[in-house]
Amino acid sequence: MTKIKSFNELKSVQERFKAGRDPKKPCITICVGTGCLAYGTQKLVDNFREELAKRNLADKIDFRTTGCHGFCERGPMVVIAPDKVFYQRVGLADAGEIIDKTVLKGEIIDRLLYVDPATGQKVVHEDDVPFYKKQTRLVFGQNSKVDPESLEDYLAIGGYAALGKALTGMKPEEIIQEVIKANLRGRGGGGFPAGWKWDSTRKAEGTPKYVICNADEGDPGAYMDRSLLEGNPHLVLEGMIIGAYAIGSSQGYIYARNEYPLAIKNITRAIEKAREAGLLGENILGSGFSFDVKINRGGGAFVCGESSALFASLEGRAGEPRAKYVHATDKGLYDKPTNLNNVETWANVPFIIEKGADWYASIGTAGSKGTKIFSLVGKINNTGLVEVPMGTKLREIVFDIGGGIPGGKKFKAIQTGGPSGGCIPEKYLDMGVDFDELTKIGSMMGSGGMIVMDEDNCMVNVAKYFTNFLVSESCGKCVPCREGIRRMRDILADITEGKGREGDVELLEKMSTAIIDGALCALGSSAPNPVLSTIRYFRDEYVAHIKEKRCPAGVCKDLITYSVNAEKCTGCTVCSKVCPTGAASGERKQVHKIDVVKCTKCGACRESCKFDAIIVR
Amino acid sequence: MVNLTIDNKKIEAEAGQTILEVARENGIVIPTLCAHESLDATGSCRLCVVEVKHGKRTRIVTSCLYQVAEGLTVDTKSERVLAARRLVLQLLLARCPESEQLQEVAKEMGVEPEPRFTPDKDNVKCILCRMCVRTCEKIVGVSAIGFSYRGTEKNVCTPFKEDSLTCIGCGACAYVCPTGHIEMETTETGDARTIWGRTFKMKTCKVCGRYFAPEDQLAYISSKTGVPADNLAVCISCR
Repeated sequence: MTKIKSFNELKSVQERFKAGRDPKKPCITICVGTGCLAYGTQKLVDNFREELAKRNLADKIDFRTTGCHGFCERGPMVVIAPDKVFYQRVGLADAGEIIDKTVLKGEIIDRLLYVDPATGQKVVHEDDVPFYKKQTRLVFGQNSKVDPESLEDYLAIGGYAALGKALTGMKPEEIIQEVIKANLRGRGGGGFPAGWKWDSTRKAEGTPKYVICNADEGDPGAYMDRSLLEGNPHLVLEGMIIGAYAIGSSQGYIYARNEYPLAIKNITRAIEKAREAGLLGENILGSGFSFDVKINRGGGAFVCGESSALFASLEGRAGEPRAKYVHATDKGLYDKPTNLNNVETWANVPFIIEKGADWYASIGTAGSKGTKIFSLVGKINNTGLVEVPMGTKLREIVFDIGGGIPGGKKFKAIQTGGPSGGCIPEKYLDMGVDFDELTKIGSMMGSGGMIVMDEDNCMVNVAKYFTNFLVSESCGKCVPCREGIRRMRDILADITEGKGREGDVELLEKMSTAIIDGALCALGSSAPNPVLSTIRYFRDEYVAHIKEKRCPAGVCKDLITYSVNAEKCTGCTVCSKVCPTGAASGERKQVHKIDVVKCTKCGACRESCKFDAIIVR
Repeated sequence: MVNLTIDNKKIEAEAGQTILEVARENGIVIPTLCAHESLDATGSCRLCVVEVKHGKRTRIVTSCLYQVAEGLTVDTKSERVLAARRLVLQLLLARCPESEQLQEVAKEMGVEPEPRFTPDKDNVKCILCRMCVRTCEKIVGVSAIGFSYRGTEKNVCTPFKEDSLTCIGCGACAYVCPTGHIEMETTETGDARTIWGRTFKMKTCKVCGRYFAPEDQLAYISSKTGVPADNLAVCISCR
C-alpha cells in the first residue's frame, strides 16, 4: 500500500476499501485462531480454496480467514454472509458441500448447525446462538470481520480512524483527559486507571519515553490477549500509537510470549503493513508525529508479565522484579519514563477516542467501565472467550453464556484472576463482576481467566495445584515467595495425602499474611490467594482432609477407596475390562468387586460404569 | 532535609536516604541479611521490612530501598513487621539448618524454628542474599558468578557450572558471604588457592617472599588500572 499522507487521505482510502466489500455478496468466513487451527482447520481452509477454484467461484464469493471468534468449544467454525449462517464442528471435508448447498442454493446443512442444549433447538444464524447473543462484543467483535493479515480489511471497517482523529484534531492532553474520563482501567491485572498512568508518564522528566504492550499473558487457561493480537493486531497497534502520541513517546515495544507464534507472526506483519502505509514510523499521517514499535519475544517466565521483571527481561537481564517505590512512569525501561499497558487495555483505546469517553463510561459499573473479555474454561459446556459489560453477573456468564456445567454436575466454585486469584463459591454467583467486587470477596479480576469447578473438584487439591504453579514460576529473588510458597505447597500436599496435622490451616493462614506483607512483588504477595480463598469458603473440606482423613470430592488418592455398590451393579463386566491392573473383577451378571490392594484409583471403572455403581469414598 | 519519626523518635534526615540508613545513623537496629554498605540494595532477604505510615496509608516496605519522606512515620517493630520477619527467618532456618550465622540472628530476634517445616538436607548454607554476585559484578567487575535456574532451584554458580575463565580468584565472594557457603581452599604452602572449582597460582612478594595474591588478580588489576605488573609485585605489608 502506498503511504497515506493525511487524515483526509485515510478517509478516502477507508471508503475505497469499504466500497470494495459488498455486504450482499456471499462471504465464507472461517476462524483460524490457534484453537481452531488445533482442530486441523488449515486443511479445511485449503479445501475451501480448492473447491472455490474448481468451481471458478473465487471472484464471485469472498473467502475470509479470521482470528478467534471466541466459541472455541465448537470449532472449526464457518459463518456464511450475508445471512450469517453459522456452522460448527465442521468436518475438514465439508467445504464442497457447504459451497454447493448453502452458498449457492441457500440450503441449510442440518448436521452442522448448533444445538442449544437448553432447548434442544437447532440454531441457524450466528446472532441467535445463546453464547453470542448475551455478550457485548465491543473489542472482540471485530475479530470475525477482519483477516488479521489484511490492513485493507481493518481499514474497510473504519480502522485507524481514531488515530486520524487523535493526531489531527486532539492535543495530547485532551486524549489523556478523554481516557481518564472514560475511566479505562488496566486489563492486565492491577486495574490501575490507564489515563492517570499516561498522565504521569507524559509529565515525567527524562527522554526517551517508552510505551510498552504487555503480551506476556501467562495465566493458565487465559488466552484473550493472544486472540486479540492474533485476530486483530491493527486494533492493538492503533491503541498503542494513540497512547504514544498522548504520552510523547517515539519508541514502543510489544513484549509477547514466544509460545504465541501466530500472534507474533500477525503483529509482525501488521507492523510492517502499518509502516508501509504511513500509519507507523516517521511522520505518521503527515502529522509530524513519529513512533515505531519493536517486538520482543519472552523466554517463557510467568513472572515476566510483572512490569518490572518485564523491563529487566527487555533489557536483556534475568526476569526478576524490583521494588516499585519509584514508579515505572518515572523510571521504567532503561530507567526512563515508561508506560506499560496490556493488550486488551490498548485495544480499548481506539473505541474511547472514536466514540468518546461519555459513551464508553456508559457501559459498565460505577468503578469499572467498558467491557471485559473473560476466558471461560474448566467444567463448562461452552469453553471460549466471552466479552461482557463490567458488572455482568457471574451466573449469567457461567450459565447463560457458558451453558452451565457438563453432565448435569453441580457448580462448586469459579476461580477468577489467574493462579493467584481466588475461588468464588456459589453464594456469590449473583454478584456483578468488576474490579472492586472481585477484590472484596478475596479474589481478583487479574487478566480475566475464569475456571469453573464442579462437585468433583477437591478445593484443597485446587489450592495445591495453583500454589504449585506459583512455586515453579517464582523467580526466587525474595525469601517469602521462594521459600514460603513451597512450604505452603508442602503442607497442602501433606493434607491431600492424609498427612495433614491439627493446626495446619491456622499455620497456612499465618504464613499467608506474612507472605502478603513480606514478598517483593505482586506474584509473591498474591500467591497465598488460592489458599486463603479456599480456606475462607471451603474450610470444611480442609477439616475433612485433616481430621477425618477424607476427601469429600473423592479426588485425593490417598484418602479414597473404590468399591462396588452391590445394588446398582449389573455385572456387565465393563469395569473389569477397563481396569488396567485387574483390580476390578467378577463373573458376568454377578456383582463385581474391586481389590483395594491392586487398585491404583485411576478412576477408569467409575468413568466407564453406566450404572453409577462405583463408589468412591 | 526531611522530618520523620522512627519508633516514635523524631528524626531529621537527608532526602534520598533510605529508612535503613537513617535508622542506623540514629542507633535504631533493623536486622538485615542482604544489605551491605558497599553494594546497592536489592531487597531480597525481606528481613529489613518496616511498617510505614504516610498520609492515611499504612504499608509494609523494605527499609533498605524505601526512601525517607517528609512526615513519614516508621514503626520498625510492629506486630505485622515482626510476623513477616519471623517467617522469613524460619524459612531460612529450614533452608539452611546448619548455618550458625542464621541461628545467631534467630537467637537475637527470639525466633524458634517452625517445627512444621522439614529442614532441607542438601547441606547448603546459601541464603541467596546475592552479595557475592553483586560484589563480583559491581565491585570486582568481572561477573564470574551469577544465578542459574529460577525459584526454588535458583543457585549461585559460574556460567554452565564450568570453570570460569573470567574469575581472577580474588575471593571477594567468599569474603562477603555471610554464611560461609562459598569455600576457598588454599594449599599448605600457600602457592595455590581453589575457588569455584578452579585453582589459581599465587604470586610471591618481591620483598618478603610470601604468597600474597593470585597471579590472575594482579594481572587484572594491572590491566584495569594501567599500573605496570611489576609495581604490583609487592605485598601490602611490605609496600
